[in-house]
Amino acid sequence: MSIAWYLAVSAIVFSLGTLGVITRRNPLVVLLCLELMLNGGNLALIAFARMWGNGDGQILALVVMTVAACEVCIGLGMIVAIYRRRLPIDVDELRELQG
Amino acid sequence: MSAVLFFLAAGGAISGAVGVVVLRNPFYSVLALVGHLASLAVLFLLLRAEFVAAVQVVVYAGAVMVLYVFVVAYVGGEGDTIGERLRGAGEQGSVGSGLRLGGALLIGGLLVELLIALLGTGLEAVGGHGAGYSPGPEAFGTPAYIGKLLLTRFLLAFEIASFLLLIAAVGAVVLARRRRGLDDDEDRELLIPIELLRAREIGTMAEGVGRVLRAGEGRRDAAHQSRQGSGDAGSGYSGS
Repeated sequence: MSIAWYLAVSAIVFSLGTLGVITRRNPLVVLLCLELMLNGGNLALIAFARMWGNGDGQILALVVMTVAACEVCIGLGMIVAIYRRRLPIDVDELRELQG
Repeated sequence: MSAVLFFLAAGGAISGAVGVVVLRNPFYSVLALVGHLASLAVLFLLLRAEFVAAVQVVVYAGAVMVLYVFVVAYVGGEGDTIGERLRGAGEQGSVGSGLRLGGALLIGGLLVELLIALLGTGLEAVGGHGAGYSPGPEAFGTPAYIGKLLLTRFLLAFEIASFLLLIAAVGAVVLARRRRGLDDDEDRELLIPIELLRAREIGTMAEGVGRVLRAGEGRRDAAHQSRQGSGDAGSGYSGS
């Protein structure tokens, strides 16, 4: 298969992740959709690495995975902290910073 | 053969992504994401990224998803389907239809833009099958290749990533620990009558090393010792 097919798949996955991030209300699902976006980016990176035949894109994909793991760690910690304070787990309700 | 595998894996990846976005229960969303990640690992293998595919399965679909499953089981959280959300769920009908239109337009625009940006480039290699590849022990994408790159050219990125993981671990512990004052009814320290009678060391490590004080004198001494920060007295039930 040519590289263009992989890039199309990565674009579709990224768009679906964006749709989830802007429409879902549960922060857990928002985090899952962020994972989808990062994975779409990863697929594009690896496709480009294959296209050029050097490993830089794969290293960058590994770094993206690390960053995603950190983001999950902090995000889930925040969700647990929110749950402990008996606040609603809903991104529409949690808008104190908005004023 | 590789075309069949590609279409199977791509279908799995896209349907997994749709499942994450659409499914009502967050637990099923996590399971759909696991399927999506496994399909992506197959795509990575087709792109000759063996090490990244293995990391994807082990770290992502294994560790990170287990974390998700635990938090979903702990928090629960009733889901909301995207259809309900777009339909406005009752009173906010106009907001719902506006959101449906806006979301569809935004996503359609984003997809078209991404496809143009990725596929409409002047790069002829996008239409090709990639650079030449010859299998071998240190070929493109094998663990030896990635490890050599990580420890020579990308050493700084490697170190920064490890430091970032350390920061995230510390941050998660700080965020999710129990704090006094925030959980008011959960871990308030209850005054139990028997606690006033028994010596401070009973039931602690200090008893094991033979340093049981008497009930009367022990209280002040034990408090004094624990204020001096000595761990050997095993300051007992010091609250928190």
